Amino acid sequence: MLGQLGEGAKLLAGGQSLIPLLKLRFANPEHLVDLNFISGTSFIKDAGSALRFGAMTRHAEFENAPLARRIPVLHDCASGIADVQVRNRGTIGGSLAEADPSGDWANALLTLDTTIHCLGPNGTRAIQLKDFITDAYTSALAHDELVSEVEVRIPPAGSGGAYVAFKRSAPVYPSASAAVQLTLVDDVCQQAAIALGCVGLTSIRATEAEAEMRGKRLDDKTIATAAEAARAVADPQSDMRGSVEYKRQLVVALVKRAITIATRRARGEQVEGTHLYA
Amino acid sequence: MPEAATIEKLAVQIKVNGKTYAREVEPRSLLVEFLREACDLTGTHVGCDTSYCGACTVLLNGLAVKSCTILAVQADGVEITTVEGLEKDGQFHPIQKAFGESYGLQCGYCTPGLMLSAHQLLSKNLEPSEDEIRNALAGNTCRCTGYMNVFKAIRIASRNMREG
Repeated sequence: MLGQLGEGAKLLAGGQSLIPLLKLRFANPEHLVDLNFISGTSFIKDAGSALRFGAMTRHAEFENAPLARRIPVLHDCASGIADVQVRNRGTIGGSLAEADPSGDWANALLTLDTTIHCLGPNGTRAIQLKDFITDAYTSALAHDELVSEVEVRIPPAGSGGAYVAFKRSAPVYPSASAAVQLTLVDDVCQQAAIALGCVGLTSIRATEAEAEMRGKRLDDKTIATAAEAARAVADPQSDMRGSVEYKRQLVVALVKRAITIATRRARGEQVEGTHLYA
Repeated sequence: MPEAATIEKLAVQIKVNGKTYAREVEPRSLLVEFLREACDLTGTHVGCDTSYCGACTVLLNGLAVKSCTILAVQADGVEITTVEGLEKDGQFHPIQKAFGESYGLQCGYCTPGLMLSAHQLLSKNLEPSEDEIRNALAGNTCRCTGYMNVFKAIRIASRNMREG
């Protein structure tokens, strides 16, 4: 159908980003193809070494799914997106395809081994998340393709992750966000991934900050050094949510908090609650 | 003079508060417009129209949604509950009674949305914690009350609903 309708067609998933855009006349598609009537597109499956999600799985479904808690950062992310009403409609596939620079899913999933399965008239293809979102509001999807599934590999034993976002109020996008995923062996950090959201055209991996953590015990000093290294990588714009300096400072605080929670979880502790409000 | 484009209308059947409404709507028409204009149920309000305030909140198959952010055609075949659907046999719902008795409203504009969000919360959890109440209402903005009596109303409603 997308092939027949051509470039003037847009896909409608949860509609929580697209419909506001339509109302503001920032988007003017000739046709809308509503994915909500297709059955079997919303699921959370245990695929052994990975979890697989249907693209139309609502944020609220992740929030309430015990299986999603196997990777705690998924629950952190889903339970804090906007508010109850938006979470009841918004979908993971829609969020990733929209590729908003402030989108929660893209940022959280960038710290995990995430594959986006896409479906088009010529069949399926699998794209790693880091290659799927190429620019602000730009994904690798062709106009006649859609996201069908998201696959996330389960991290190894000794891993912990966290997603922390700061919002001025519930219904808005975060002012800044930080996702951390790390693995400890004998309490020494073997692997670390840090992704910063809302402070660039896309989510940014803070690779220098990650390097500061590798091979070290994660005490306060190491965490502070890593968080400072993240400051330099953030590339925010000044806007209603804050000035450049404010957002950089926020990033440092969020990275510190996310590393601390991720470390506690890697040591086996249960830690709840991660979206922060003004 | 240029010809105006004719917009082809689509037929929808939406059950609202137990009654089915079969209407023809423009594809661009929003669910809140359908409820207010086609169903004549004006208890659902348009506040910000930018998907923030939640004054337009209704229940769609039991789940709270912002009706200004859903197209009417997307609601074909679903069950909607609006604030008008809370009362039963001329009796207020415990949530409505509690809001009234606790001064949980002043101008009343946000109130239908708040009560329906509260309904989703209490339909899944009759003993919500303070944090759970706040989280459930985070998508509903009130400019009048400062929220404290709203939370009180929900605590009272939850207790009354528990005791039956």
